[in-house]
Amino acid sequence: MDAHATAASSYAKVLGALLALTVITVLAAGFSFGSWNVIIALGIASIKASLVALFFMHLRHDKPMSAVIFVTGAAVLGVFLMICTLDSNARGDDPVRPATRDSGALAISVPSSPSTPGTPAPGQSRLPGTPTKPR
Amino acid sequence: MSAAATSQGEFLQHHFTTPEQQADAGKIGMWLFLVTEILLFGGLFVGFAIMQSLHPRAFLEAHHHLDRMLGFINTVVLLTSSYTMVMAVHSARTDRRKRVIVYLLLTLICAGIFLGIKCVEYSHKFHEGLLPGRFYSHKGDTVPGQFMFFSFYFMMTGLHGIHILGGMAIIAWVLRRAARGDFSHSYYTPVDLVGLYWHLVDLIWIYLFPLLYLIQ
Repeated sequence: MDAHATAASSYAKVLGALLALTVITVLAAGFSFGSWNVIIALGIASIKASLVALFFMHLRHDKPMSAVIFVTGAAVLGVFLMICTLDSNARGDDPVRPATRDSGALAISVPSSPSTPGTPAPGQSRLPGTPTKPR
Repeated sequence: MSAAATSQGEFLQHHFTTPEQQADAGKIGMWLFLVTEILLFGGLFVGFAIMQSLHPRAFLEAHHHLDRMLGFINTVVLLTSSYTMVMAVHSARTDRRKRVIVYLLLTLICAGIFLGIKCVEYSHKFHEGLLPGRFYSHKGDTVPGQFMFFSFYFMMTGLHGIHILGGMAIIAWVLRRAARGDFSHSYYTPVDLVGLYWHLVDLIWIYLFPLLYLIQ
């Protein structure tokens, strides 16, 4: 019964840590660390996710098979994300979207882009999946 | 309670040799399902990452329409529900049947609060025309392309919301079985597996919250 009591109190501690990390991530988003912001936010999220997986989902005390399945899935997702990012970063010359990478603006909906023939009028979009008809 | 003594045999399916084997098989099956769920949401996360890196200004501008406070409250509510869920599993394992019911009810209430807050957020977006794709009709934008952010916002939080609804349904089912007195230290696999599912839904929200609400 003593082991059960310690298990229950460790769950409460994990909840406390999760709530504290949530407050920290909200506070950290208030400051500007440049490109570090997203790394900090995802880093804190990963710590929280690990706490949930290890304690709430019992991976810490479970038979190793559960962890093997979980880690394999997460690793496949990592490979998926990495290869897709590499691919999209390597495509420098998208004709639909000329040299807008740094400005972040959608050139397709900016009226003054004479270099692109057939540029739609403002307010329209030529992204895949969105109709080109005027609204 | 004599049910505790008999439940071990009562719920053992004929194709398993021992209750432990049955519990392990159930667990492996659940984890495999959870991995497919991770990959389902993973596709959306990868799409979000690529589109955000291509159009950072549109995404940054669009995320200002989200209420950070409501997102924060929802995160706290969901984390708390994860705690009450794990306590329900713990109570089932230690034969505290009344507590199982109380903790499952608390988890259901937290899930209801989460969906209620989500409804408030959604109706606010609907009124402002902050809708996905071609339904986007918000006026006075200085940065174009914000419809893309809301396509991802509604797809990701919507799919997550459906998972919450599904979770509430299976928690209600487990609650009914708990009230019937099915669970004891020798048989609590359903509570355990529903708990795993619920924690995964929580885990996905842990990533959704900073990505959607806290972009810099």
